[in-house]
Amino acid sequence: MNIPAIEILGLTKDYPVGFWRKRMRRSLDNLTLQVEQGEVFGFLGPNGAGKTTTLKLLIGLIFPTSGTARVCGRSIDDVGMHREIGYLPEQPYFYDYLTARELLDYYSRFSGYGAAARRDRVARALERVGLAGAADVQLRKFSKGMLQRAGIAQAILHDPQVVFLDEPMSGLDPVGRREVRDIIVELRQQGRTVFFSTHILSDAEMLCDRVAVLVTGKLQGVGAPEEIVSIEVRGMEILFEARDHRGLQPGLAERATRSGTRYRLELPEADLYAVLEQLRASNARILSITQVRPTLEDYFLRMVDREQPQSHAVGVTP
Amino acid sequence: MSAMPAVVAINTFREAVRDRVLYNLIFFALLMIGASILVGEISVGIERLVIINLGLAAISIFGLIMAVFIGVGLVYKEIEKRTLYSLLAKPIRRGEFLVGKYGGLLLTLVVNTSLMTLGLAVALFYVGRPFLRSDASILIAVYFIVLELALVTALALFFSCFSSPVLSTLFTLGIYLTGMFAADIRDFGDLTRNPVVQGVARLLYYLVPNFHNFNAIAAAAHGETIPLTLVLHNTLYTLLYVTLVLLAASAVFSRRDLK
Repeated sequence: MNIPAIEILGLTKDYPVGFWRKRMRRSLDNLTLQVEQGEVFGFLGPNGAGKTTTLKLLIGLIFPTSGTARVCGRSIDDVGMHREIGYLPEQPYFYDYLTARELLDYYSRFSGYGAAARRDRVARALERVGLAGAADVQLRKFSKGMLQRAGIAQAILHDPQVVFLDEPMSGLDPVGRREVRDIIVELRQQGRTVFFSTHILSDAEMLCDRVAVLVTGKLQGVGAPEEIVSIEVRGMEILFEARDHRGLQPGLAERATRSGTRYRLELPEADLYAVLEQLRASNARILSITQVRPTLEDYFLRMVDREQPQSHAVGVTP
Repeated sequence: MSAMPAVVAINTFREAVRDRVLYNLIFFALLMIGASILVGEISVGIERLVIINLGLAAISIFGLIMAVFIGVGLVYKEIEKRTLYSLLAKPIRRGEFLVGKYGGLLLTLVVNTSLMTLGLAVALFYVGRPFLRSDASILIAVYFIVLELALVTALALFFSCFSSPVLSTLFTLGIYLTGMFAADIRDFGDLTRNPVVQGVARLLYYLVPNFHNFNAIAAAAHGETIPLTLVLHNTLYTLLYVTLVLLAASAVFSRRDLK
């Protein structure tokens, strides 16, 4: 039986807030989630949703108030688990007195490689993220995008089973974003698990096998992007062509959006056949009929709207 | 013993070198050159005493400044700049990271102190005196300075695990000064004959490192022999104290949330 790549069970994190009278603010609320091996999993949510908190908990940078998690079957408290993971922090910053090659060589020492293996792995990782030409430049001279690439290089340097990426597209230009997407696709082809947080929903929709939406620390939904958005059909969309708009049946031209001789009409599913009848009578040429489904963005924004007005503070005193 | 601390230590040393920390050696060299020329002019017959006193005091002060000001930023800087995040995602324990940072700064201090000692030897040679057997005391005094720096670095690192550099500097210097006068504080407590004051003074005496025992500058300057029992005592004391402080630092840091 396959062990899940990531198993999160009731993970909760409270932070103390206030100076004199400390209250606890819940940043992550009873998160339970499972990510299978080889999945590309997108973790979506607005700022302050708890995405980075979750990643930090899984990496062991912060400690849970309650709950537990396992990565590759090993507890997150077990430092040996870190041999199986790679991690790109949000807005990464590295030792700026080192060159990119020195930085990667430094990190690869923690995996116990010999000098020749280190040289080889570092060269390959730099090549992979497009930094081979800047390998011997000190990181203090790197742009934000270059730092992000160096961060990805150090995360994949040791061929980890699970790669955690916190906002990997942040700060990258369109070319950089495409390169990161390519790396994620390549990791999936190699059978690695990728768990990444993002604001960019189109990337998530394009890359992810499954996504989870987190708002104010609470999980709103998990599933394949097409599953999440295909629960409901918002209506129908008809594209048609009419040489002369005066020939259209009354009401049709007013309801449609015109572009030259082409028209786009969005209507409730129940009205479809009646409108088709009108179009036939108008001698219009039907180009396409499609179902209108909410996008991941629609779903995401609805979840945010539902949750955001609520207060996040919980009345726990230390 | 894991190799992880050594990896961190070497990088910490490299950071110190690239951040031009060893530039302080230039000031030390200038001080020694100036002092050698001046001493030859004004102090006939006591050149040795003056040069050794000045040289060892400078080695101690320069080292102390480095130990405190770099030590208090060792962990704090890594958290503030978030360089620690990607590092702790590697298979390294937080305690190993701390030991590595400590080892790296100590290595920097040892290299720095060694080069300054070499400078002192050159200055002594310049004022025209042959090296004597009693000069071994100078090396022991330097060794004591290194032990003192090892203690100060451990304290600075400990405070840097949970407090800001400004507060850590104040705490470390506070303990250093208290430690310099530890015996006087204990004697003062005894003089008051007040059991509460006596208790507090004794507690301080045993709690803070007794830095007074590490000051062998005057003995070295006067060519006195430093007993080997003191060398052994100071070595064991430092080992024990540093181990305890690093264990405490590790205990604090290992459960700290890196927000």
